[in-house]
Amino acid sequence: MTNPATPRTLYDKIWDAHVVDRSDDGTCLLYIDRHLVHEVTSPQAFEGLRMTGRKVRAPERTIAVPDHNVPTTLDRQNGIDNPESRIQVDALDRNAREFGVNYYPVNDIRQGIVHIVGPEQGWTLPGMTVVCGDSHTATHGAFGALAHGIGTSEVEHVLATQTLIQSKSRNMKVEITGRLAPGVTAKDVVLRIIAETGTAGGTGHVIEYCGEAIRNLSMEGRMTICNMAIEGGARAGLIAPDETTFNYVKGRAHAPKGAQWEAAVAWWKTLFSDAEAHWDKVVTIRGEDIEPTVTWGTSPEDALPISARVPAPEDFAGGKIDAARRSLDYMDLKPGTELTDISIDAVFIGSCTNGRIEDLRAAADVLRGRKLANGVRGMVVPGSGLVRAQAEEEGLDQVFLDAGFEWRLAGCSMCLGMNPDQLSPGERCAATSNRNFEGRQGYKGRTHLMSPAMAAAAGVVGHLTDVRQLMAQTV
Amino acid sequence: MDKFTTLTGIAAPMPLVNIDTDMIIPKQFLKTIKRSGLGVNLFDEMRYDRDGNEIADFVLNQPAYRNAEVLVAGDNFGCGSSREHAPWALLDFGIRCVISTSFADIFFNNCFKNGILPITLPQEAVDVLMDDARKGANARMTVDLENQTVSTSDGVEFHFDIDPFRKHCLLNGLDDIGLTMEKAPSIDSYEDQMAQARPWV
Repeated sequence: MTNPATPRTLYDKIWDAHVVDRSDDGTCLLYIDRHLVHEVTSPQAFEGLRMTGRKVRAPERTIAVPDHNVPTTLDRQNGIDNPESRIQVDALDRNAREFGVNYYPVNDIRQGIVHIVGPEQGWTLPGMTVVCGDSHTATHGAFGALAHGIGTSEVEHVLATQTLIQSKSRNMKVEITGRLAPGVTAKDVVLRIIAETGTAGGTGHVIEYCGEAIRNLSMEGRMTICNMAIEGGARAGLIAPDETTFNYVKGRAHAPKGAQWEAAVAWWKTLFSDAEAHWDKVVTIRGEDIEPTVTWGTSPEDALPISARVPAPEDFAGGKIDAARRSLDYMDLKPGTELTDISIDAVFIGSCTNGRIEDLRAAADVLRGRKLANGVRGMVVPGSGLVRAQAEEEGLDQVFLDAGFEWRLAGCSMCLGMNPDQLSPGERCAATSNRNFEGRQGYKGRTHLMSPAMAAAAGVVGHLTDVRQLMAQTV
Repeated sequence: MDKFTTLTGIAAPMPLVNIDTDMIIPKQFLKTIKRSGLGVNLFDEMRYDRDGNEIADFVLNQPAYRNAEVLVAGDNFGCGSSREHAPWALLDFGIRCVISTSFADIFFNNCFKNGILPITLPQEAVDVLMDDARKGANARMTVDLENQTVSTSDGVEFHFDIDPFRKHCLLNGLDDIGLTMEKAPSIDSYEDQMAQARPWV
């Protein structure tokens, strides 16, 4: 353990508070406070427990919800057509009940994407360790919780022991100074960060995001930032908890109450990086320099301001030259094309990156009184049943329907196309999700990542555009 | 888990950088509730056309590399999702070792849980190994975990670093869970302390 007298980062502090056992080589057994489980990466883990006669050590710390495979159409209470998807969802249902873990089944209004449900229900709290068999577990770092994705073998390890064998990562600080320009959102910030650091820039590190522009973000914006820490290669992303965090957590179903709340806040207030703490890597970006940002290629690092042009392979060095050539071919784009000249066929608003209520509000603000361009299809998929209900209470569903969008039930949907929501070959999508990998949204589908407001604006004009220009025009 | 000690086999060159988990095993194959049988779908969308026919110039479809046991890959191999289906698919195909200049963290971890050895080496070394892999089936690479070396078919040898605990587990085919369960008393006492210190957790 680090000597508490020496300055520590937020990551160091959370790590130290969870060490159960430390080996001579520095490898630690780390206690896990919350284990989130979904249907895709858990069946083999539960099967492993059955085969070895092991139990779930702490079912009360384990939360299961189906999200990747579930259809998002209104008729889903009739069951899942795809037999393999149905088997996985049924397996989670059986495993959750047999092993007695907390569980939100498909037809529970609290069901949704696991990374939206955890914070919404108050399972995610500052200073915790949170894991899930899903790389976007980094989302929970927005609360100042050490949260990261694990593989299925580690899922089984956590189920059986409530711990993980870990070696410590290095500390990386990403500071966004100053203020963001109007119309620039958390999504633009994180895409800009990844463009700057590359998808391997955070490998071996835990990133703490800080600076005035981060401080000024809402909890939902902070979740968008940390969600994509993995896209920058980092093991986890963190934002120190503050009043914004406490206000978000207070009163949620599983948040502490009464005297325990007071004690918790007192501890949470100690969770920040000390002024003299050591950083292995530091990246600083001026908030004022960030524009609405979109991706052009098939890696999240292929991000540029909307005012830019599609780059040429020769603009890069090393192995990236061939990768860029392959991306341009896959995306059917020519170097030198204005990004705003790229026309789209589809808009997807949703995912654990941008499927929360503020995201839907931002998209609806653009779409109010406007319609999708001819030939463009659009889908809005709330991140949870509760987000959907809140949006309906605010009348956002009607805004989306009037604009020509489909209004769906909660799930991962078109972010990874494990369910019926997919792009067709060659179809080009403005998406609020997190990965533009080849085939991710559907075989030969083409993905441009951007913020909800930018995706809505692209839908209205039929091509990528700067949402600020659209909003300057009266409806 | 199978032990990993030494391996002499065909190495396939995949110089592309940022080979992500969606490329290694596309999402439609994650619907299985088993660990086995994914090898046929390894690199599915690069390996087959829409009708399921092999794409002849994809490396693992070339006669020389159909029985490859080592992959020499571009930087940042395995980036993207946490799906352990990626190492399961590699293993089921017959790949026991992947060599690159860097790996994404979660993929790197997942390899060790499945008896696959991921080796990180500097660019110059990977370049030499990549060239050796390009020689095809007659050039066999040798990986020696005990001595932490990789050698080309010409006998050029590179030393690699590895975490001692992971090396030990891989050499002996040890199951992490069993090892951790021996530490149950430490976990019990941690939980007791935390029930006092942070009862809200």
